Order: sequence, then structure tokens, then C-alpha cells
Amino acid sequence: MGIAIYVLAFAVLVVGLYAVVAKKNVVKIIVGLLVLDYAVNLLLVLIGYRSGGQAPILEPGQTSAELAAKAVDPLPQAMVLTSIVIGLGLTALMVAMGLRLYEKYGTFDTNKIRSLRG
Amino acid sequence: MTTGMTPIVKNTARLVSGFIAIFGIYIAMTGHVSPGGGFAGGVILAAAAVLVVLAFGRDTAEQIITESRCHIYDAAGAGLFLLVALCGYFTGGFFVNFIARHSVGEVGHLASGGTIIVSNLFIMVKVAAGLAGGFLALAAFRRANLPDGHPAEEL
Amino acid sequence: MGVEYLVISLLVFMLIAVLIAVEARDLLSSVISLGAGGFALSVLFLLLGAPDLAITQVVVEVIALVLLIRLVVTRRDTTSETPRDALRTGLVLLAGGVLLVGMFFAVGGTGALGTVPPFGEPIMGEADLATLSKTPGQPVAARYLTDAAGQTGAGNAVMAVLLDFRAYDTLGEATVIFVSILGAYAVLRRVGRRGHQELAS
Repeated sequence: MGIAIYVLAFAVLVVGLYAVVAKKNVVKIIVGLLVLDYAVNLLLVLIGYRSGGQAPILEPGQTSAELAAKAVDPLPQAMVLTSIVIGLGLTALMVAMGLRLYEKYGTFDTNKIRSLRG
Repeated sequence: MTTGMTPIVKNTARLVSGFIAIFGIYIAMTGHVSPGGGFAGGVILAAAAVLVVLAFGRDTAEQIITESRCHIYDAAGAGLFLLVALCGYFTGGFFVNFIARHSVGEVGHLASGGTIIVSNLFIMVKVAAGLAGGFLALAAFRRANLPDGHPAEEL
Repeated sequence: MGVEYLVISLLVFMLIAVLIAVEARDLLSSVISLGAGGFALSVLFLLLGAPDLAITQVVVEVIALVLLIRLVVTRRDTTSETPRDALRTGLVLLAGGVLLVGMFFAVGGTGALGTVPPFGEPIMGEADLATLSKTPGQPVAARYLTDAAGQTGAGNAVMAVLLDFRAYDTLGEATVIFVSILGAYAVLRRVGRRGHQELAS
């Protein structure tokens, strides 16, 4: 069961990688980069999951020792939280570059951009 | 992007954008007790600003949200977060939680966690101003002409 | 046990949404399908015990959708790809993906010898300070969970890790967001040197 979950998460990563490398449309390349971002965040959280565990937030009336015995791993979650917001900054930058490309060349097709250069 | 939308959208945005902003500040402030934190709260606050710019058009929204104001808040948020980090030198080292050394406070109350709530608020200001300013710059981008001379249509 | 079945079905849904996003001819359809994949990811985060991440992923997905639709909506530019070229790169990448997964499971995979723990049993380390060995490089997750309420007073262990135990990483992350937004401003600037000359003349 766990192996199937990891293989599916890897499949999303391969789809994103395929979109970045093999596509000729600038918007498809941006979409592929976002898919890569989703897949990596998902893999990090999957590694830290404890079956039957609770979220790492102290409920009222619970001691820290009980929390440490039952909670999922908080370290991958802290890393992924910052990674999600960095992905949003990256999206803003890529959309800005896409707008500039369309303004200068009039198309999103990288083949035509390569031939129109200058 | 320059003219707004229909009056239904404008009135709904008038009613709702204040609540969205308050919700974002709430999520950032109770980050050390409930799920959420400064990053999620900042992005929600930026979403309220995006709603105002989209519903009223950029020309009307410029009276409240200008790009230079967003620049100032962005840099101020980052600088104040660094200041909190440097203040840790009073009791030990870089980024020491100097309020928690004094008294931790009760877990589950708002006044616990030391510098965590202060850092959450500064990060919220930084993320919200950065994203709102970035969206304003994207909304203000206008093409003069396409390269082959056709006049561009306005979005 | 029911959680794992739900996780698998949501993963299959996300995979289908992402495939449609990458292969659709119409740009607006591909962007909307990407949004569906992002929301499925948010529900996955909630099921895997990460409510902070679920909140953040939902709002980030909404803003990313607004930005992408701004890019795409009046520019229905579809490219005609030569099918033979796409097939070749697709096959090469599929082989690369199979190689990646094969390496992952060959190095030990998710077993006792592997680098990745089996699904559902993370490496958490020792919680008691007396039994913690003195060699560096021990897993620290259990220490952070037991110390979060006592030393920092925060109930949310993820926030305590982000802003007290590992606060330097958060400073680096704030810097990265700052620089990426600065890059977006720099790309979208209207008046460059040539513009100043035109205004002056």
C-alpha cells in the first residue's frame, strides 16, 4: 500500500518533468513547473506521515509526552510551508516573464520565438 | 483591468473584503495556537487586496492601494523581522526567543510563545504587501502595440 | 486503514487532473485543470495530518489561478506540435522516470535498509534527553515535539519549529520571497533607459 502511494507521487513528478522538457508552449512550461512544485511538496509530507497520527498541535489537556507519541512529524511540514509560499512568488515571476514574452514576440510558441529573435 | 465590474460585484466586494482582511489577520495572530501562521495569513490579506483591485478597477483602487505604499510595507516587514532576530542578542545569541526566556505563558492562550506572535505579524505584513504589490504591477502592465503594428486589445 | 484508500483515490484524481493540464490544447482549460489538481493536493494535506499546509495551499492556489488566468485569458494561442518530436521526448522521459523509481527502490526503498522509511512509520528519534546519544546527526523530531510547549509556550509545534527552533531558515525564506517579487517588478518595468531618452528629447 505504501509503495503504491510513493509510485503515484513519483508519477506526478515525472508528468511535471515531461511538461517542462518536451512542451513548446510557454504556458505549458509554466504549468509543468507548478506541477513539479506540487509533487515535491507532496513527497516531503508523505515521508513524514505516521499512520493513525494526529496533527502536531497540542490539544487542551494533553501533555507533551503524549503528543510526541502520537503526532506526525512536524519537520517536513515546516519545510513545505515555506516552500508553498516560495512557489507563489515563483509563479508571479514566471507570469511576469510570460507577459513580457508575449508583448515582444506576439506568440507563446517557442519555435516561432526562436525564429523571430531580435 | 482599469474599469471595474458590474455593481453587483462592486457591492459584494465592499461588504466582503473587510471580512477577508480581518480573517487573514486572525489566522496570522493565532498561529501559535491553531493551524495557520504568518504565511497563510499574509496570503489571505493579499487576496483581499486583489479582490478590491479586480472589482473596482485599478484607477479607483489606486486611492487606497498604491504600489509605492506596498513597497514601503514590504521592506518594513522584512526589516522589522530582522530587527526581532537581532534583538535576541540581548539574551544569548541570534534569533533567541528573548521573551520566552523571561516567562513562557500558558500554552493555548494568545499571550504565549514569546516572540512567535510578533514574528508572525511581521511576516504577515511582508508577504501581504509583497504579493499585493506584485499583483498591482502585473495589473498595470499594458501593451502599447503588438510587434507587427496591430493595436493591442485592453484586458 | 480507510485513510490510505482515500489518499490513493485522491492521488489518482490529482494525476488525471495534472495529465489533462499538461496535454490540453486550449490554454484556459489547462490552467483550470491545474487548479483542480491544486485543490486535490490541499485535501491530501489535510488527510495527511497537516492543517497549516492545507490552509496555505488553498489560498496560494487561488492567487496562482488569478495570476495564470490574467496571463492566458485573451491570448488563445495554441501551438501545433509535430507529433513525432513529442513522442520521442515523451518516451525518453518515461524511461528516465522508470529509472528514477527503480533507483529509489533499489537503494533500499522503504525498508529497514533504505533511505526512506516505510509509509506510516517516520524516523522520529528519541524523546528522552537521557537516552539521546551524544553523536551528532540524530533525528530531532521527537525532541522538538516534547520541547515545543515547555520551552517556547506555543501549542502549534510546526510554528515553534519554524519561528523558534529553526528561525534562521525562515529568515532565508523571507529573503527568497523578497527577491522573487523584486524580480517580477524588474521584469515589468515600463520605462528603461531608452524611455528616459525619449522623454527627455
